[in-house]
Amino acid sequence: MESQLVVAAGLNKYFPSGVQALHDLNLEISRGQFVSIVGPSGCGKSTFLRLVAGLDQPTSGELRVEGHDPLGLAFVFQDATLLPWRSVAHNITLPLELRHEDADERVTQTLELVGLTDFADAYPAQLSGGMRMRVSIARALVTRPQILLLDEPFGALDEITRQRLNEELLRLWQEDHWTSLFVTHNVSEAVFLSQRVLVMSARPGRILADIPIPFPYPRSAYLRSAPEFIRIANGISRQLAHADEL
Amino acid sequence: MKRLRSLTTNVLPPLLFFALVLCAWQAAVSLFGIEPFLLPGPLLVAQAIADNLPRLLSATLLTASGALLGFVLSFAFGFLVALLFSQSRLIERSLYPYAIFLQTMPIVAIAPLIILWIGYGLQGVVAVSFIIALFPVIANTTDGLTRVDPHILDFFALNKANRWQVLFKLRVPGAVPQMLVGARISSGLSVIGAIVGEFFAGYGTEDFGLGYLIILTNGQAKTDYLFACILFCTLLGLGLFTTVGSLSNFLLRRWTGAPE
Ligand SMILES: Nc1ncnc2c1ncn2[C@@H]1O[C@H](COP(=O)(O)OP(=O)(O)OP(=O)(O)O)[C@@H](O)[C@H]1O
Ligand SMILES: [Mg+2]
Repeated sequence: MESQLVVAAGLNKYFPSGVQALHDLNLEISRGQFVSIVGPSGCGKSTFLRLVAGLDQPTSGELRVEGHDPLGLAFVFQDATLLPWRSVAHNITLPLELRHEDADERVTQTLELVGLTDFADAYPAQLSGGMRMRVSIARALVTRPQILLLDEPFGALDEITRQRLNEELLRLWQEDHWTSLFVTHNVSEAVFLSQRVLVMSARPGRILADIPIPFPYPRSAYLRSAPEFIRIANGISRQLAHADEL
Repeated sequence: MKRLRSLTTNVLPPLLFFALVLCAWQAAVSLFGIEPFLLPGPLLVAQAIADNLPRLLSATLLTASGALLGFVLSFAFGFLVALLFSQSRLIERSLYPYAIFLQTMPIVAIAPLIILWIGYGLQGVVAVSFIIALFPVIANTTDGLTRVDPHILDFFALNKANRWQVLFKLRVPGAVPQMLVGARISSGLSVIGAIVGEFFAGYGTEDFGLGYLIILTNGQAKTDYLFACILFCTLLGLGLFTTVGSLSNFLLRRWTGAPE
């Protein structure tokens, strides 16, 4: 039996303002899985990720994150959130610096991994949006996290860059097999990346559907035009439209 | 080449305009026969500058050192106050009204009091300049230190950053652009402060700055000389302002992506 890395049972989250963001949310995620979450805007996806990260507390219900130690966890935000006064290399070193861990080799390796070696000394303002996001992912991976939480990381990028980074993210994931929790609005992206796609209801959010994606890895760009891929993606889109109406 | 083009588009037009104004001014003064003690023409002013250049230069230098000291002190002290404010909402809320009070207090009204307490000469001038230049540094730096992208704060929290790491690796460097906005404003104010300070604090009759020279020439109805003083005050303010401006552009090249 696979070990469950994240278990949520009957999770509720109310904000002090009275807004209920999550309602009786249940899910289990096994170690090493790539899971995407799609759902209507404002349904509580980011809220859920913040709970998993320990950045906020659930109002009620149970949330277990295996070896719940934030240090084994990394977060990638929609904006690259790099520090403009630090070079690419120094942005990537930052988490290690904050944890008082040694850097050199891991930073060099990570730069190589994401193909940014030549830009180590550049500053964020000199990079394109796609490259900034690669730096942001590198900054998350440099700590060798067990869980990577990604909150619409490619939402601000153009479609071509997004697809390229999707492929790159999969390549990175296949090398290390961290557990991936990926929030997106883009159904095709979710299907392309994931082993499972979770569809959330409109706010207050709960899991409406848990759809397995059967394609083996490595996945190539051609998969996007496979009939089966399109069928699954359309199915999810319909569920989403339905969730929005609920 | 690009530099040359920006010179012709940015510098030439205001200079041309200035020359035009000078011509009109001279023409008006000669045409209407305006008394020189009321409004001297630019030629007379130029003559006054030529006649009193050493005096004007030494006065400018003295006023500049007063302003510069006031500016540096206000920047250093304002930064420390903002640092304190950023660490505690309670302290900020208790003290910020007084910082505003400092700002709204008419400096001319309390300058004599400051001189009374601090003393005549350079220290009095620096004190007035310091007080007038302080608020923009406090306000802008506090703003920069407290307004941080919440996601970056989350990122620091996830990596178990302590309070000092958040302060010195995130808030302080992140506040640099705002700090420089404050510095730009207060550099101009520090010159005004030094001149106002000199109105009251003077330096005695041997050694004096532009403020004292303004009072003196005004009293003697040497209006052409007074105009020369005003011109040098303006140049001084402009000089400090543009120096701080270029320095800040230089320091911010990483933010803007300009080549290093
Ligand atoms: N700190 C907060 N205080 C009060 N309400 C909040 C807070 N954070 C989020 N909310 C509300 O909770 C609901 C869920 O927000 P959340 O950001 O989790 O949605 P989301 O699914 O990530 O949306 P999006 O797709 O737009 O990113 C929204 O209605 C939002 O306004
Ligand atoms: Mg969100």
